[in-house]
Amino acid sequence: MHGLWLTVLLFQQQAVDVPGFDSNPFTSPSDLAQGEKLYLGRCAGCHGPRGDGGKGANLAVPTLSRAADDKTLWNIIRYGVPDTEMPSSLMAQREIWQVAAFVKSLGAIQSGAASGDPKRGEAVTRGKGGCLQCHAIGSDGGRMGPALTDIGARSGPGHLRAKIVEPQGDVPHTFRLASLRGRDGKTVSGIRLNEDTFSIQIRDMTGGLRSYWKKDLADWKMEKRSPMPSYKGKLSDGEIDDLVAYLAGLRGAKGGER
Amino acid sequence: MRTAACILAASAALSAQVTHERLLDAAREPGNWMTYSGNFAGHRFSPLTQVNDANVSRLKVAWVYTTNSLQKFETTPLVIDGVMYVSEPPSNVVALDTRTGRPLWRYRRPMPPDIRVCCGQVNRGVAALGDSIFIGTVDSYLVALDAKTGAVRWETKVNEYKSGYSVTVAPLALKDKVVIGVAGGEYGIRGHLDAYDAKSGKLAWRFYTVPGPGEPGHDTWAGDSWKRGSAGTWVTGAYDPETDLIYWGTGNPGPDWNGEVRKGDNLYSDSIVALDANSGQLKWHFQFTPHDVHDWDATEVPVLVDGEVRGQKRKLVIFPNRNAFYYVLDRVSGQFLLGKAYAKQTWAKGLDDNGKPIRLPGTFPSIQGTAVWPSVAGANNWYSPSYSPKTGLLYINVREAGSLYFFGEADFKLGEQYNGGGFRAIPGEEEWGAVRAFRPATGEVAWEHKVFSPPYAGLLSTGGNLVFGATSEAQFFALNATTGKELYRFQAGGMVRSNPMSYLSGGKQYVAMAMGNSLYVFGLE
Ligand code: HEC
Ligand code: HEC
Repeated sequence: MHGLWLTVLLFQQQAVDVPGFDSNPFTSPSDLAQGEKLYLGRCAGCHGPRGDGGKGANLAVPTLSRAADDKTLWNIIRYGVPDTEMPSSLMAQREIWQVAAFVKSLGAIQSGAASGDPKRGEAVTRGKGGCLQCHAIGSDGGRMGPALTDIGARSGPGHLRAKIVEPQGDVPHTFRLASLRGRDGKTVSGIRLNEDTFSIQIRDMTGGLRSYWKKDLADWKMEKRSPMPSYKGKLSDGEIDDLVAYLAGLRGAKGGER
Repeated sequence: MRTAACILAASAALSAQVTHERLLDAAREPGNWMTYSGNFAGHRFSPLTQVNDANVSRLKVAWVYTTNSLQKFETTPLVIDGVMYVSEPPSNVVALDTRTGRPLWRYRRPMPPDIRVCCGQVNRGVAALGDSIFIGTVDSYLVALDAKTGAVRWETKVNEYKSGYSVTVAPLALKDKVVIGVAGGEYGIRGHLDAYDAKSGKLAWRFYTVPGPGEPGHDTWAGDSWKRGSAGTWVTGAYDPETDLIYWGTGNPGPDWNGEVRKGDNLYSDSIVALDANSGQLKWHFQFTPHDVHDWDATEVPVLVDGEVRGQKRKLVIFPNRNAFYYVLDRVSGQFLLGKAYAKQTWAKGLDDNGKPIRLPGTFPSIQGTAVWPSVAGANNWYSPSYSPKTGLLYINVREAGSLYFFGEADFKLGEQYNGGGFRAIPGEEEWGAVRAFRPATGEVAWEHKVFSPPYAGLLSTGGNLVFGATSEAQFFALNATTGKELYRFQAGGMVRSNPMSYLSGGKQYVAMAMGNSLYVFGLE
């Protein structure tokens, strides 16, 4: 929300035409190797070492939704995606091409393809898993966690599995659980929507939007842990396979039936 | 009819020339704001007392002026005899009537499409001398305008924009000259500070911040790396009429994060240089960050104060550096007197007796990323500190943050970015900031006022015992200058990358600050 954007904005620039080339001129094996090195340092923290997502989008797909051609991919890597966590990156032109070549090669890797049964996975999601308490899929479900309607487009199977089994591994700062205590001793918690020097706004557990001046609070703290519970041991390996297969197939909102 | 005649008479009386003597005695005309920092000493202090700690809670927005540009609005307006001169991005000027906020004239400069700037087509302000207004442009010109009409009197090419030079700094006008620096530290320029004759626009002197062959300091650059040594001069410096020296900070060496290709100390990057105001000759220099690999430009505003250090009265220059150390130097000799960290830093064990940093191992940028405090934007940056002679305190908007620093290839092509790496936020680390009040000669902290995010805006202190500023979330605020207690707040929109200033119009005090894409002017009802 705050600090992150500032750093990005420091060297903010408008996207311009990619200098020189229409398609990637740096795709030799040694370019790919250098691209992987750069990727591991600068990108893997968000996109995962194999590109199947995390905080960042799933890059291990045949066609990137925001970067279908080389020029757009170059621009995205250089300038980032405004108003998201995807940062701009200062690199030499050739280095950007090398990273782009590596990113494209990720699409060819089959990253732990989902072996489960999506139908059974849907049943776990809506039933035993209780996922809709906190997550929306289409018009159903809760608002505490992010909507999963297009999660299969954003995250690969590897990341989905990790999130279900070990949710504390990679907590995005956009979903911080805040606990506030008023001067009257009453407490309330919810997801932080905004915080600044003087005020804080949250969405509470019932979905209500609440706004506070900090001076009216006795104290407030931000949980570093994710509110997302771990399902390790609560669901069988087979059930988790099924869940992953179902989630991987969620590719965005569908229109209503006619 | 009568009122009109009255106003005409008043404005006619107020259209005197801006002379060097008026600029020297700025404190005698507290209703005007005639230089970037309000005076030559870099104080950004307004002696005005109408708005003060007792009544500031009644402050209201008097008027707002909005630009057409979506670029960052970094200006400090000047106010001279009832007219406000505002620079707008990319390199335009508008003269506003301070009574109403309405435009009197405009200077619009068309820009070529291929401007080279690292961080936006911005401008930080204009200078005034005689009856001319001076602006530096992102296509690298210095332009003199008629203060009454905005008509161009002359324009001089400072350098070649296609080679990566641009001008974003507010010029400093003094004597019969206009002093102006260049930006381009991300393009492998060779930095310089220039003075131009205010009447003719002819170059009076040029000081190269990267010494050429045969000049002292040249051997601090390996091979021919000096040719792309950068060391821009993109923040307005200070001037002391008694030493007759100009004090100016210099920017990062190029390329920013790859030091391999420019082994050596890389003089005079990340330094303060003291130049003879008449000839531009170097009197002394002090380098804060030898062989910088983190992009810690020493382009902060030098603050000139007199104070006692270890029992001895001295003429000082205070320099709260981007590298997270606070420096106190003797401004006559350049001697290092005192230095200490004033924000979290993890790159140096401390400073030695000569003020040189004792570097810690493992802090250079790497391919996998090296986490170091302070961040690339530093503990302080180009935005202004403020010194109040009334409280004797120096106010700095301090940034508490780190960065992951990346090492990369450094392949120089004229007119293209030459960075040799990059940076991003450290995952999972909270960043924050604080307005801190320092005792200038010792660097002791008298009080602090915490803010949620690292700030990027300057401060103004006033005779009314107030400190004005804004948070990164565009909350304009006033603090009690003695205690740091918050007394007033207004939520503007957008981001704030500017400095506040204050002036009188119609006998009433106003405070102005650019926030978002607008200039807000506050006054009491
Ligand atoms: C701080 C986290 C972060 C880092 C670091 C990061 N990204 Fe991203 N990236 C994101 C996010 C979040 C998105 C999704 C943006 C959106 O909502 O469209 C994204 C989107 C993308 C996309 C578009 C995906 C699509 O589906 O079209 C590409 C390509 C990409 N990133 C590549 C990279 C590369 C290459 C690097 C390293 C140079 C990198 N990213 C570094 C967070 C990150
Ligand atoms: C108590 C509330 C809660 C429950 C129950 C819950 N989650 Fe979550 N979940 C969250 C929150 C909050 C986040 C966002 C923070 C994070 O990513 O750690 C999240 C994140 C996720 C993400 C990552 C989303 C993204 O946009 O990257 C996935 C996938 C996910 N949950 C799946 C599930 C599944 C599957 C279930 C059921 C088996 C489930 N969650 C149950 C609260 C919950």
